[in-house]
Amino acid sequence: MTDPMSRPLTLFDKIWNAHAILTREDGTALLWIDRHLVHEGSFHAFDIIARDGRGVRRPDLTFGVADHYVPSTTGPIGDAEAAGLVAGIEANAARHGFDLMGPGDPRQGIVHVVGPEQGITLPGLTLVCGDSHTSTHGAFGALAFGIGASEVAHVLATQTLWQRKPSALRVGVDGALGAHVAAKDLILAIIAAIGASGAVGHVIEYAGSAIRALSMDGRMTLCNMSIEAGGRAGLVAPDDTTFAYVEGRPRAPKGADFVTAVAAWRRLPSDAGAVFDREVTLDAAAIAPTVTWGNTLDTALAVTGRVPDPDAAHDAPARGRIAAQIAYMGLTPNAALDGIPVDRVFIGSCTNGRIEDLRAAAAVLRGRRATVPGLVVAGSVPVQRAAEAEGLDRVFTDAGLRWGEPGCSMCTGMNGDTVAPGERCASTSNRNFVGRQGPGSRTHLMSPAMAAAAAVAGAITDVRRFAP
Amino acid sequence: MTPFTALRAPAAVLDRANIDTDQIIPARFLRKPRGPGYNQFLFHDVRAAESGFPLGPSDNPAILIAGANFGCGSSREGAVYALADAGVRCVIAPSFGDIFAANAAKNGLLTIVLTPAEIGALIEAVRQGAELSVDLPREHVRPDNGTAIRFAIDAFRKTCLVEGLDDIGLTLAHAGEIAAFEARDRAARAWAAPGSPPTLNSRS
Repeated sequence: MTDPMSRPLTLFDKIWNAHAILTREDGTALLWIDRHLVHEGSFHAFDIIARDGRGVRRPDLTFGVADHYVPSTTGPIGDAEAAGLVAGIEANAARHGFDLMGPGDPRQGIVHVVGPEQGITLPGLTLVCGDSHTSTHGAFGALAFGIGASEVAHVLATQTLWQRKPSALRVGVDGALGAHVAAKDLILAIIAAIGASGAVGHVIEYAGSAIRALSMDGRMTLCNMSIEAGGRAGLVAPDDTTFAYVEGRPRAPKGADFVTAVAAWRRLPSDAGAVFDREVTLDAAAIAPTVTWGNTLDTALAVTGRVPDPDAAHDAPARGRIAAQIAYMGLTPNAALDGIPVDRVFIGSCTNGRIEDLRAAAAVLRGRRATVPGLVVAGSVPVQRAAEAEGLDRVFTDAGLRWGEPGCSMCTGMNGDTVAPGERCASTSNRNFVGRQGPGSRTHLMSPAMAAAAAVAGAITDVRRFAP
Repeated sequence: MTPFTALRAPAAVLDRANIDTDQIIPARFLRKPRGPGYNQFLFHDVRAAESGFPLGPSDNPAILIAGANFGCGSSREGAVYALADAGVRCVIAPSFGDIFAANAAKNGLLTIVLTPAEIGALIEAVRQGAELSVDLPREHVRPDNGTAIRFAIDAFRKTCLVEGLDDIGLTLAHAGEIAAFEARDRAARAWAAPGSPPTLNSRS
């Protein structure tokens, strides 16, 4: 792969080249897919292959979970349609013979938490799923991206996918993040810098000393939201942090296979002198705890900032956009973000539902009381059990928050956990779109520590005020 | 899939950026089985909140002109089902969410990327009552009494749209190459095979 005579390659080039079965004249390649994750919302794709009388080509590379529609309360699924979708993925798993981590399974959880946790996600792989936050798995140096139902059907039937090679964008972040500034603040700052469509048509590689210093949980938060900048995928080069996380995971290579794998993975990072189509750099030390005020991800601002004034916008379309978002969000131009009252808090999701996220939230909540209702949902059963072993669940419930059962929950509201019309939610999820958490819901995105601080203050607040 | 060649139709204008798929179809409708009825979910909550919204569940212009980053966000193919079922055959925008554009092509919905200036000219023509002619084989769009504007599209995507082809069938024509790759790759990357599932004790 690293022929000294050939041009230097990016991590993305190397993974792409290793998976291109054939390439058409227009540049569209047929890619081999190493891992295919499916969930109960993937039913359209199973219906398509059933309609056409096709089977699943590689059930051993297909992995199922139930996450989008499972309740955050214990007991059976009360909603008949949701129960039907979960029964559907169970029937498809039985029919096609793939591993399903469904309700009652000790591995169950959000697809983007489960894959890494079980060692299904590995460096150098191609991984797809019918969910846009599949970019999460890029944290391992895997080329991972979301696809729609028709493409899910294509992968089920062929274990391949036609793709035109995206451009490469390098986001370099050097320096050290400040105290109480997390990976979530970093990715919100990156999206604010490049825009909500700033990475459309690109695969992002995150690099630099601030990225290297992130844990795997932090790298997953970062890569998870690549799609919120429009990125096709996000990547972090695998290193010792990656290998230490992967080693010993149930589905990861073992013994001599692991040694061989690590040797292959060490050849993956971008070569010196590799050329990117675009490069952007940020200074980690300049990033503050960050929140979004509007309905697109590029409305992320330092918590010390203010709601913008439409009258100060540079042109009429921008003025209209800002005014519409201020109206939907029920805000006042020029109001300080710090101090905006919230009605509830949600801590969880594929962005921030991992053990380090729960620890960061619990560190703020320990010995304090929430003044607004809130829901804390672990990303998977293993995360839930680990949190309970550390007593984090007690920290949350002692603070007055509800400790829910693992799943996507209030990030998308498909399981019935919604934010009421007009209510304002401090949320660790990934989208602040109009109606995302329920019709009329108002979402402010932030880190777990910031959401915990908002729970205590009953308002958006600067978590650094709570610093021990 | 319905083939797409050419059409002449009026256009609806939704001149705002970052229209995400949560707006095009709210999450609570995604549980519905695929049938011809996804049109009723199209912009369901936006329509309820905004009188005079330019698209409804039926009787829509076949062409939609939208702002940048149309279809960003969630991968839900239901967003395309809703547009297609409501009679929209073509969306013209300065840019699209990548997943939305791929989903659209699989369902016979043509996405055309034009510059903001070109789109501005089309919007002006539409506001003066012009219909638009979209010619996919010749890769141009033209307002009545106006000049043709060229657009680019991947050759493969174009072929699938024009011929209404099922690309799973096309891919399976390469079954030999896929099987050869699979065998070669299995030997070269033995580590990439997933380990056996763990032995599980059921929960609780």
